[in-house]
Amino acid sequence: MNLLAVKTRPVVASDYAEEVDALYNYLLGVSVFFTVAICSVIVFFAIRYRRQSDADRPEATKDGKLLEILGSVIPFILVMIMFFWGAKLYFDAYMPPKDAMEILVTGKQWMWKMQHPNGKREINDLHVPVGVPIKLTMTSEDVIHSFYLPDFRKKMDVVPGKYTQMWFHPREEGVYHLFCAEYCGSEHALMVGRLHVVSPAKYEEFLSSGGMGAMAEAAASDDPVVAGKAVWEANCVICHSGPGGIGPNIHKAFGSMRELETGESILMDDDYVRNSILNPNDDIAKGYPAAMTSFKGQLNSTQISQVIAYLKSVSEADQ
Amino acid sequence: MNESTTKPKPNYITAGNTAKSWLLTVDHKRIGLMYLLGMTFFFLIGATAAALFRFELATHNANVFANDTYNRLFTMHGILMVFFFLIPAVPGVLGNFLVPLMIGAKDVAFPRLNLASWYIYMLGGTFTLGAIVLGGIDTGWTFYTPYSSVYADSQVILAGTGVFITGFSSILTGLNFIVTIHKMRAPGMTWMRLPLFIWAQYATSIINVLGTPVIAITLLLVVFERALGFGIFDPQKGGDPVLYQHLFWFYSHPAVYIMILPGFGVVSEVLACFSRKRIYGYEFVAFSSLAIAAIGFFVWGHHMFTSSQSPYAGLIFSILTYLVGIPTAIKIFNWTATLYKGSILLSAPMIYALGFIGLFLVGGLTGLFLATMAINVHLHDTYFVVAHFHYVMVGGMMMAWLSGLHFWWPKMFGKMYNEFWARVGAVIIFFGFNFTFFPQFIAGYMGMPRRYHVYDIEYQPFQMLSTVGAYFMGVGLIICFVTLVSSIFKGKPAGKNPFKATGVEWNQADSPPDQHNFTSPVKVDVEAYDYTDERIYQDT
Ligand code: HEM
Ligand SMILES: [Cu+2]
Repeated sequence: MNLLAVKTRPVVASDYAEEVDALYNYLLGVSVFFTVAICSVIVFFAIRYRRQSDADRPEATKDGKLLEILGSVIPFILVMIMFFWGAKLYFDAYMPPKDAMEILVTGKQWMWKMQHPNGKREINDLHVPVGVPIKLTMTSEDVIHSFYLPDFRKKMDVVPGKYTQMWFHPREEGVYHLFCAEYCGSEHALMVGRLHVVSPAKYEEFLSSGGMGAMAEAAASDDPVVAGKAVWEANCVICHSGPGGIGPNIHKAFGSMRELETGESILMDDDYVRNSILNPNDDIAKGYPAAMTSFKGQLNSTQISQVIAYLKSVSEADQ
Repeated sequence: MNESTTKPKPNYITAGNTAKSWLLTVDHKRIGLMYLLGMTFFFLIGATAAALFRFELATHNANVFANDTYNRLFTMHGILMVFFFLIPAVPGVLGNFLVPLMIGAKDVAFPRLNLASWYIYMLGGTFTLGAIVLGGIDTGWTFYTPYSSVYADSQVILAGTGVFITGFSSILTGLNFIVTIHKMRAPGMTWMRLPLFIWAQYATSIINVLGTPVIAITLLLVVFERALGFGIFDPQKGGDPVLYQHLFWFYSHPAVYIMILPGFGVVSEVLACFSRKRIYGYEFVAFSSLAIAAIGFFVWGHHMFTSSQSPYAGLIFSILTYLVGIPTAIKIFNWTATLYKGSILLSAPMIYALGFIGLFLVGGLTGLFLATMAINVHLHDTYFVVAHFHYVMVGGMMMAWLSGLHFWWPKMFGKMYNEFWARVGAVIIFFGFNFTFFPQFIAGYMGMPRRYHVYDIEYQPFQMLSTVGAYFMGVGLIICFVTLVSSIFKGKPAGKNPFKATGVEWNQADSPPDQHNFTSPVKVDVEAYDYTDERIYQDT
C-alpha cells in the first residue's frame, strides 16, 4: 500500500468512518473491475481488429440479446446496492443519539467559534471527550461555511439564518483535521482548526480551566473592562494580536495615531473603534487587506462600549 | 469537378473574402469558424489561469500568489472554461458548421439569428473579460450566495452579467438547431437516418432552450440583490441562501449534459468511421440522449446532500442519479461493441475518441461514488469532486472536442494536418491528463477540500504530481495547436472525403464546402453508417 511511505488513506477515527470505508471499498471494487474490463476489451479490439490484420470479420454481426440484457441488469443491481447501502448509512448518520453532548458552533469569516455545554468557548480548536457522542448545533454569522471532519467522514454546511446539525462519535484520543469545506472568501483555506479528542478526565480539567473557561462568566460581569475583555477574546483577538496577525495589532494602541492605506493617519479614539467594528472598510489600516467583516448585528452597543473600555484600560496600564 | 482552369474553385472561405463579409456573414460555416476563434481565445485565457494556479498548488504553502489572487484565478478559470468553452464549443463550432451540412440543408433555419448568437456570445465574453481586467471575481464559477450577493468584494455584477448574456446565445442556437433539424432535412434524410451527431445536437438544444433561462434569471437575481439590495438569498433580509443552490443546479446539472451530449455525438461519428461499422444499437444511442436530457432535469439535488436539504429529497435525487447513469453506461457498452470485428485505424481522431471512452468511464464511475449519499458527505467539496468533473469535462468533453476538431478539420479547411504529430499530441494529452487528475481522487478521499491554496503537507505529494502532469498535458495541447494551425498554411489538400466516411457532409460537399454547401441537390437514399455504399470510395 504505502509505496514511498506516502499516506493514501485518511485516518479512521470512528466506527462510522469504518463503515463508510467498507462501502467505499465496494464502490472501488466495482469501478476498478469495469474500468479494467472495458479498457482491456478496447485495447484488445484495437489490436485484434486493426485495419492491417486479417482477423475474421463477417459482414453482419448478430445482435447479442443475452449480452445486452446482462449488460443492463447487472449494472442495475450493482448500483441499487450502492444506493441502499449509501442511503442507510446516511440516515444512520443523520439522527444524533439522545445522549449526545451538545456543542454550539458558529462559523464566521474565517474562524470557527465553539461553545461547550458549560459556556466555555474556544476558537478553531474543539476539545471533546473520547467515547461520548458529540452533537454539533451550527450556524453562521455571514456566508455559508461547511464543518468538515474528514477523519470521521462527516461534513455539514453551516448556513446563516438557520441551525444545522451534525454528530460524531470519537473512539480514540488524538488530534484530527477540521476544515471549512464550503468556499467562503479570501481566507477560506485558513479556516481550519483542530479537533482534540481527549480522555474524559482531561476534558473535565479543560472545562474548568481558566483562560477562556471563565469567559462566559466574565461576559456577564458588571465591570465593563472585565466584560470587554471577554468580548475582545471571543471576537477580536484571533486577528488583532501579535505580529503576523491577519489584522494590525491594536491591543495596546488606543489613543495612538494609526496609519491608513490612503496615506492619512487617524486617531484611535472611541468613535474610530466603534466605526471600525461596524464599518471596517471605511478606513483600511496601512499594509493590511480589507479582510475584516462587519460585526453589525453580532455585537450590540453595550458590548462595543465594553470592548472600548477594555482597550482603553490596557493601553493606559501600559503607559 | 470542372478542373479546366488552374484557378481553384471559390469556397465558403475564399468567396468574397473581406472583413466586412465575415463580420456580417450569415453563412453557418463562417459563423462556426468565428466561434472557433472566439472560443479558442477564451480557452487560452482559462488555460493560462490554470497554469498559474497549478504552479501555486505544487507545494503546501503560499509561494507566489496571495489568497485573493489565487481565488480570482480559479474563479476565472472555471467561468471561462464552463460558460465560454465547454458549453459552446461543440454546438457553436462543430454544430454550426455541420448541422446543415449533415442533413443536406443550405443553412440553418434562421441565419441572421445565428449571427446574432455569435455577437451575443462575444458580448458576454467581453463583460466577463471586463470583470477580470477590472479586478477579477472571486466567487468560484458556482456564485454561491450570500457570498456572491452580499459579501464578495469583487466584480460579481460584471461577471454575472457576462454569463447572463452569453446564455442567450445558447438559447438562440438551440432554437435554431431544433427548427433546422425538424424542417430542413434533405429529401430521404429520415429521422432514423440522421447521424448520431445530429441526435446529440438535438437533445442538447432541448436542454439549452429549457434550462438556460433558469440560470439567466438566477444570476440576474444575484445581480439585483448585490446592486439593489433585494432580499431573495440574503438571510439577513429574510432570504434563503440555499434556494440559490437549488436554482443554480437546476440548470447546472442539465448543463453537464449540455457539455457532454455533443461529445457523445462526435465520438459516435468518429468510432463508426474508423472501425468502418454502424454504431452498435443506433436507436438506443439516439433515444438515450433524449432520455438523459429529460431525466437530467431531476437530479440537481445530488450537489446538495450536505446543504441542509431534506434527507428524503436526497433519497430521490440519489436514486434518479443512478437511473441516469445506466443509459450512460449502456452507451459505453455500445461504443465498445462497435469496435468488435471492425476494421480499426488508430488515426488521431480515433485515439482521442478511444481516450474519451476510457476517461469518461472513470468520470462516470466516480460519479456513482458521489451519488452514494454517505460517500458524498465525505467527498463533497473535496478534490475528489474536482477530479470527477475534470474526468468528464476534460477527459470526456475536451477529448471529444479535439477528436471532432481533427476529424472535420479537413472538411473545414480543405487541408490535412500532419498525422504523426497529431497522434503524438493526442497520446501526450491522454497521459498528461491522467497524471494531472488521478492523484486528485486520492487527495480528495484523504479529505483535502477544494479551493485551498495552502493546505496540510500530507496532501502535497498528490498536488505536486498533479502540477507536473498539468504541464505535461500543456505540452500536448501546444503540439496539437501547432499541428492544426500549421496545416492551414502547409497542409496537403484533403480532398472531398479523406477518411472515407459516410454522411452527406463528406460525400456531397467539397472540402472546404461551397458557399452554398452543395453544388447539386442533395438526396439521401442510404442508412446512416452504411460502409458498403460505393460512393464513399470514389475519388473526386
Ligand atoms: C454517470 C454520470 C455522472 C454521475 C453519476 C455524476 C454524479 C455527480 C455528483 C453526485 C456530483 C456532486 C458531487 C458533490 O459536489 O458532492 C457531481 C458533480 C459534478 N459533476 Fe457529475 N456525474 C456524472 C457525470 C457528469 C458529467 C457527464 C459531467 C460533465 C460533463 C459532470 C460534471 C460534474 C460537475 C461539473 C460537478 C461539480 C461541480 C462543482 O461542484 O463545481 N458529471 N457529479
Ligand atoms: Cu450533477
